[in-house]
Amino acid sequence: MNIPEGAKKIVLAGNPNAGKSVFFNYFTGLYVDVSNYPGTTLEISYGEFEKNVLIDTPGVYGISSFNDEERIARDIILSADIVINVVNAVNLERDLFLTQQIIDSGKPVIMALNMIDEAEKNGIIIDIDLLSKELGIPVIPTVAIKKTGLDKVKGGIDLARIGNICNEIRLKLDPLTKRLGSQGEALLVLEGDPAVSARNGMEPGSSREEIYLARRERVNQVIEEVIQKSSSKSGFSNKLGSLMIMPLTGIPILVAALWIMYKIIGVYIAGNIVGFTEGTVMAGIYEPAVRHVVGQIIPNTSILGKILTGEFGILTMTVTYVLGLLLPLVAGFYFFLAIFEDSGYLPRIATLVDRVLTGIGLNGRAVIPLILGFGCVTMASITTRLLSSERERRIAIFLLGLVIPCSAQLGVITGLLAGIGPQYAALYAIIILAVLITVGTVLNNVLPGRSADLLIDLPALRPPRIGNIMKKTTGKTFMFVKEATPLFALGALLISVFQVTGILVYLQNLLAPVTVGWLRLPPEIATVFIMGIVRRDFGAAGLNYMTLTPGDTLVALVTLTLFVPCIASVLVLFKERGRKEAIIMWIATWVIAFFVGGLVAQVLNVFGRSSNTEGIAVVLAFFGLIAIVSRLFKRFYKTITAQI
Amino acid sequence: MTLDKVRKGQQIKIISILDEIIRVQAIRFGIAEGSVVTCQEKVPAGPIVLRKNNQEIAIGRNLANKIDVALN
Ligand SMILES: Nc1nc2c(ncn2[C@@H]2O[C@H](COP(=O)(O)OP(=O)(O)O)[C@@H](O)[C@H]2O)c(=O)[nH]1
Ligand SMILES: [Mg+2]
Repeated sequence: MNIPEGAKKIVLAGNPNAGKSVFFNYFTGLYVDVSNYPGTTLEISYGEFEKNVLIDTPGVYGISSFNDEERIARDIILSADIVINVVNAVNLERDLFLTQQIIDSGKPVIMALNMIDEAEKNGIIIDIDLLSKELGIPVIPTVAIKKTGLDKVKGGIDLARIGNICNEIRLKLDPLTKRLGSQGEALLVLEGDPAVSARNGMEPGSSREEIYLARRERVNQVIEEVIQKSSSKSGFSNKLGSLMIMPLTGIPILVAALWIMYKIIGVYIAGNIVGFTEGTVMAGIYEPAVRHVVGQIIPNTSILGKILTGEFGILTMTVTYVLGLLLPLVAGFYFFLAIFEDSGYLPRIATLVDRVLTGIGLNGRAVIPLILGFGCVTMASITTRLLSSERERRIAIFLLGLVIPCSAQLGVITGLLAGIGPQYAALYAIIILAVLITVGTVLNNVLPGRSADLLIDLPALRPPRIGNIMKKTTGKTFMFVKEATPLFALGALLISVFQVTGILVYLQNLLAPVTVGWLRLPPEIATVFIMGIVRRDFGAAGLNYMTLTPGDTLVALVTLTLFVPCIASVLVLFKERGRKEAIIMWIATWVIAFFVGGLVAQVLNVFGRSSNTEGIAVVLAFFGLIAIVSRLFKRFYKTITAQI
Repeated sequence: MTLDKVRKGQQIKIISILDEIIRVQAIRFGIAEGSVVTCQEKVPAGPIVLRKNNQEIAIGRNLANKIDVALN
């Protein structure tokens, strides 16, 4: 976003869930520009604010570089002219660390002391005048959701002051500030921030811990003075919070939440709403209309006509997929995600499942993309951004592409498995689970480094606010359409070209030796796989029209589940992971899919396809064994590397 | 003793946190070495939830093994 001349950069900063976005929405109204921060994938909102520019930053507990969010918040705050620090009055002790750090950076600050209503409910009374005097900045009490105090903050921007810098820090800071010409940069160099040091041509300082401790002590001292009364709460929301993280009660709650989500997104939206948007609107009205209009100028049967409006046409398939199929699903997911996020449930799910995920190199936070994966792998891949290390993002995105089927595909798979018997359904589930555990464990041990441990704040549970939910849902859905459309158009173009040039058929023949020889399936199955590249559920649906033995169906389903993700998710894979890594992952999914599929086929073949029950027992034992061996492999690998 | 040995409801004092990155993050959360917290919840074989005033923090089990605490 371009900042007009003379305009000030006013930055909203604060801990996560402090209420920044409520302020942002109130101050800026409709004209908001959401954009990706350069070089990263996080969304930052910019808005016009009188003659100035208002920027909403990701919530952070401090400015440093522990993750993407912090790096972005750091750079935006360091470039601010004025900072509006939104503080949660209920957690003053935690929030003031960031406040004091921003003050130490020498920026003019005004504080909005938010959630005064909740603080009162908890029996917390804060001496606001004293707080303001101690910190040396104006402090305005607010209740953002009731719009109390918001206009005071708005009118008080010019009152923002450079606050009282922590004494111990000032002594160290002054000489370096003179040298670098910026107190904020100097502070972060002292705190050993690698990126800030590098851009100032300095060695990172070694006093981070010392400075943090001094700051923490200062904050605790301020708290001591300004909080007049505080009684710990233990209300209903607290009890519910505990129930959510303990397995005995937490798992049923999670299952219930997912079931509601499945009912609404998987059944209602994917069925009724998509049936209307994709079937009635797009296929029934839009596509014929486009074909008709384009057909007036370019014959539909010509090459260009096929590329524009054919089966995989840019004007037909792209628009239908994005608007008719994905838009309602994506909006549904963001709606639920916003509810989970706003209510404070999400970090509790992460706590509940942390144990399970540490074994495959992830921690509790990865549960979000994995859950979303069952809706749409493409969407889920995007949310791997919230994982804290590259290593975890890598593991999560690969597992998503490999083992998690998307909702539409899952529907088709369930239908097919139901047709061939429960023993095959169990076998399918166990094979996929074995692959998940094996691949996750191997990646966890082979990838360098260690994944981060869980360390998260559990915010207070509160009923989500519909206004906030809607705003988040529409904002994110819009971003999705904006990002996905060009990628889909590209994919459509590619497939159309394949089709008109005959490459599609050529590929079909090329695949035959693998499909017939190794997977022991009829040659026509190649078509299904090729369709599966276009869209996984498309491929799975293709199986419906083939006559296969139960064993063959199982092999085909396993292969197709593990098979390359659909074009859309491959495109997202490239976008998120870069070309080199994406190609490796892409090839790996092919190899694993055909390897495991073939393995199932061969084992089934050896142990007699006719006497199914025995064969199944053996295959079951076989894959159970693989899962166990992969766990042992972990120890084995550790011993080996320890010896080297 | 280490944090993973603590029982639910016990009040403890953080003695030392081995990992520097975690130590620094803990200071920001307000649970620096020396601060007093309560064990709010213990997920079986999973994370431990600490509480200080109105703030709750979940700490993975592997991490808890590396945090020294004393009963308060
Ligand atoms: N009770 C109460 N809730 C608030 C207040 N301000 C914001 N919230 C809620 O706190 C949650 C987090 O707000 P949000 O603006 O998304 O926080 P952000 O992460 O800082 O952008 C939302 O559910 C808001 O509705 C307040 O003053 N009182
Ligand atoms: Mg926000």
